[in-house]
Amino acid sequence: MVKTVFGAAILFVMIVVTAYLAFHYAPIEKTMGVIQKIFYLHLPSAFSSFVALGVCFYANLRYVFTREAKWDWLGVSAAEVGLAFISVVLISGPIWAHPVWGIWWTWDARLTLTFVLWLLYMAYLLLRSMLEDPDKRALFSALFGIFAFLDVPLVYFSIRWWRTQHPQPVILGGPGSGLDPRMRVSYLLVWAAFTGLLVLLIDARYKLEAMRAGVEELRREAEVR
Amino acid sequence: MSLLSNTGALLGKEIRTEFRSRELLPTTVVFIFIVIALFSITLHPTTSESQRLGPGLLWVAFLFAASLMLQPSFLREQNNDTLSALRLSVSDPFAIFFAKLAANTLFLLLTELLMLPFFAAFFNVHILSVFPQLVLVFFLGSLGIAIPGTAFSAISAQARMRELMLPLLLLPLLTPVLIASAEATAALLEADPALPLGALGILIAFDAVFLTALWLFGEYLLEE
Repeated sequence: MVKTVFGAAILFVMIVVTAYLAFHYAPIEKTMGVIQKIFYLHLPSAFSSFVALGVCFYANLRYVFTREAKWDWLGVSAAEVGLAFISVVLISGPIWAHPVWGIWWTWDARLTLTFVLWLLYMAYLLLRSMLEDPDKRALFSALFGIFAFLDVPLVYFSIRWWRTQHPQPVILGGPGSGLDPRMRVSYLLVWAAFTGLLVLLIDARYKLEAMRAGVEELRREAEVR
Repeated sequence: MSLLSNTGALLGKEIRTEFRSRELLPTTVVFIFIVIALFSITLHPTTSESQRLGPGLLWVAFLFAASLMLQPSFLREQNNDTLSALRLSVSDPFAIFFAKLAANTLFLLLTELLMLPFFAAFFNVHILSVFPQLVLVFFLGSLGIAIPGTAFSAISAQARMRELMLPLLLLPLLTPVLIASAEATAALLEADPALPLGALGILIAFDAVFLTALWLFGEYLLEE
């Protein structure tokens, strides 16, 4: 509890500092103007969501092979937090795209992939709510999660041969790409803050899930008596 | 060897069940027919439009039909309490999936081929000259639908709201199949038809990835 509060306090300070850096320290982008500030929300959210879904996949695999409830708790926590971050990506993206590309949405490879991921993990969470038995819920949702994760590269490559509107990566995009150093510092700090937020949220959700499982267990015992 | 002979016996059972009850095939054929006709009525496409839209709509119709048709695959076993008996009767549980998935692919392919002339008529496309290539695309696409479809049919059979659950799980996952099959079909229906190797590659990769996943994880789907 103390650790969580302490972590949250540090994170709060980090987010305030990075917000200041993003809006006042980093220069305004030349062609896109002030709208480019969404970059500091859009990109780290996308990164956090992919990390969360990776964690979910790992937890799903571990659950199938070990059958320890904690992996199920981690799986659902990571999926929910990942879904929240994907939602941020899907909302901030069009707000950025509309003034820059002139359209809200296009079915380009990365946009489609993000959208399909949102649908898949929504289905994952809905499936969980439709399975009564805790063991079955854990096992079947873990198996679905594994199938869903395997789909990610296939979705991406199936759309790659269409035109791709989304910009190529600028952070690690090789020679010729790159950011203003002040933008880079701000971005790295935002990224660190969002990774911290990801860890904090998954941790909190994991504890909640453990408690919920405990309550469910107690209720079943009470019913037996 | 036992995997193949078990699969053969179970595939025979699936096909016999269907041809005795005649439940799945006729209803699915009529369903696809209705969806294709409704698309055609609603959009009323010109010749160039139907060449552009037709393949996508056709595959959307196949996907919807499959998500309904794959439902009974495991539900039937559960309702008749035959799943445990099935599991006891085979040495490798993958044989159950293999047989069901072969049967489902076969049924899907049959309904799709039956619907092809009506599609050609409604959307004014020529299919005769590219028929063998279309069969190849339809086979790879149907296999891609049937592999995760059979797996998820085992999951949804145990869930509440199972009729809605299967499409919900299956349709987003099938995005690559939908895109690749529609692209391949569209390329075959153009004035200068060509077999698009990229789209076929995606379909083969999809089939291979999920067949492997089903082989690795299938036995866990049959736990009770």
